[in-house]
Amino acid sequence: MLPTLGGRIQSRIVFLAIIGGIITLILTPILPLGSGALSAKYKTTFLILLTVIVLGVIWEFIYHLIMQWRWEKDWPTFFGLVTLINEGVVVYLLADYGIVPGIKAHSVPLSAFLIDFLVIWICVWLWVNGPMRVVNVRWRFHGGRLV
Amino acid sequence: MTNTPDLPGSIDPSMPATIMRSRPAKPAASAEQGAAPGSGDLTDELLNTDQWTDAMIQRAGIPVADIPFVSIGGGIGSFVTVDYLRIAGVPANRMHVLSNLDFPWQTYEYLTRVSQIPRPERIRSDSASRPDNIWGFPSYALTEAFKEGNWAELWHVFAEPMWADFYTPKAGRVFEGLEREAKRIGWHQMLVKGQVRMVRKRQGGGYFIILTPKAGATPTKRVAYRAEYVHLAVGYPGLRYLKELQDFRTKHQDYHHVVSAYEEHEHIYEAARTKPVTVMLRGGGIVASRVLQRIMDDREKYGTQTQIVHLFRTFIDGPHSPNEKTLRAWNKRSGSNGFAYQGFNYPKSVWGGQLKAEMRKLEGEARLTRYKEMGGTNTPWRRRWQAQMGNGRREGWYHIMQATVDDMRIEGDKIVSIANTRNGKLEIPADYIIDCTGLEADIAEHRVLKDLLDHSGVGRNPYGRLDVERTFELRGTASGPGVIYASGATTLGGYFPGVDTFLGLQVAAQEICDDLARRRFCKKIGTFRSISQWIKWARNKQP
Repeated sequence: MLPTLGGRIQSRIVFLAIIGGIITLILTPILPLGSGALSAKYKTTFLILLTVIVLGVIWEFIYHLIMQWRWEKDWPTFFGLVTLINEGVVVYLLADYGIVPGIKAHSVPLSAFLIDFLVIWICVWLWVNGPMRVVNVRWRFHGGRLV
Repeated sequence: MTNTPDLPGSIDPSMPATIMRSRPAKPAASAEQGAAPGSGDLTDELLNTDQWTDAMIQRAGIPVADIPFVSIGGGIGSFVTVDYLRIAGVPANRMHVLSNLDFPWQTYEYLTRVSQIPRPERIRSDSASRPDNIWGFPSYALTEAFKEGNWAELWHVFAEPMWADFYTPKAGRVFEGLEREAKRIGWHQMLVKGQVRMVRKRQGGGYFIILTPKAGATPTKRVAYRAEYVHLAVGYPGLRYLKELQDFRTKHQDYHHVVSAYEEHEHIYEAARTKPVTVMLRGGGIVASRVLQRIMDDREKYGTQTQIVHLFRTFIDGPHSPNEKTLRAWNKRSGSNGFAYQGFNYPKSVWGGQLKAEMRKLEGEARLTRYKEMGGTNTPWRRRWQAQMGNGRREGWYHIMQATVDDMRIEGDKIVSIANTRNGKLEIPADYIIDCTGLEADIAEHRVLKDLLDHSGVGRNPYGRLDVERTFELRGTASGPGVIYASGATTLGGYFPGVDTFLGLQVAAQEICDDLARRRFCKKIGTFRSISQWIKWARNKQP
């Protein structure tokens, strides 16, 4: 990708909200989240998604800073995938320690988190590296900006 | 766009005009004399008037055809723009492409072939830069993976540039894609063959374009097109040689031993297979790398004993910050053994990211400085080339040096270059010299552009090329509701740096298309149109 800071943040929010939202909607009932009401499960998964989005905006500032040390001022495809590690670890730890508002400590099984997080991340990553260019012909030339 | 000049030496008659202009020009002709009124040719009145009326054309006896949009050039720049407009809903009968080329990739294929990129070899272009597909999806890498089962190529896209060289498509695949898309959009229906002589403003709005069709093809020598919108994509105005090489060629009439990499020079590789020769290379860009690779491949393949002397005017021996005295961590390009390394001809983000956004805001000197900070001659770092060059240096058949050349002379059957090196003057004998510098001629050497500069108020940007707006409208040329756009190499130095590349032409085409949509010439490509048109593209149906 060839992002600008504004483009990064816009793309992050919109794609995670839409693609992440749809996947969360479909996936939550079958995730190994233990017993409990479905509404409670949705609350947990959507709160985690929201956390990924909010923290993601902060991460984008860091990535943008790192990118300044690259001569090409680009963000290789691989970086877009591998950043799931640092982001995933932070979000899981915050959720596990009960720091995410609305989620109790140790209430999210690691397996459920991994499935949900990885599926969303990979789908968004695939989307931005291909089909998105068909949906909006200007997006790739505008640093990932949508408006 | 000039007529075929008298050329010394042998030359392939099918060679595109772009190349022809690189040869020594004839002495400048005296001011053009007008033809008699009613003759169907340019009269004095037309030649000397900046803005023409319909009556003037009528008096000259030149037939006029009305067409709303005309693209001049007919190469990949015209193709990409017309492709965009077809997708934006413009029917083929509302656009003409005026060109002396039979097909859009003719000049490009010629240049890549002689500079050692035949169809099976890979060009220096990104996977998603597809001139036959405005979306860049599926990318070349994905297509190659599916069509040829070459899944390893996807690894390049995934791991580039850290653990794999940048993926680059094969020239043949690019041309096949262009051929398919040309058929789909009705390219040949829009193509009118001939030499464009000039574009002049029309009183009352719009423009006249004068075309000289092939002799005998039309009853009059010239035909005129009356258009509201004109697009110029004439490509490189021509090539220049290094001065000392040009002087030598002219003095000795030797176009055999001293050649440009953009000319046919297969005879050098053939000679190298019959006897050991020394080849001197000049220049440190992608073309030098390609020529070097060919010589090194031939050494491996045929056991040739070719010695290579490689002269760099600017010798890069480590990380550097172009145009800056201090090496800056955030502006550091890698380099070694003479070369500056970069995946593509500009840092990648000029085609869509941070640098594109930044350049768009810069004017005048500030823009020129930024161009210098990211520009300069460079070539990609490729694993295979590095290994081959490393062998050459170790085994003593590849010699690199920083040098400029003052003079050249013939001594026996060798050409001796008198070089200024870091260690003083050095006389370097060689059997052949290949100029890989790819210097470009001034825009005024192009007849159509010169006429625009002289008669239509066209200006130059800080880089000396055509001054265009962010929409690629040529500044100073508005004529009533009419607009002239320009894209490609002639607009380098503008708000967008990567103009002379596939993706750059698409960036320009998108800006032009959006501007024309605002003027209601075409539809804006929104999400629905984009998706429906992409499906048509995928099914190979007309737009």
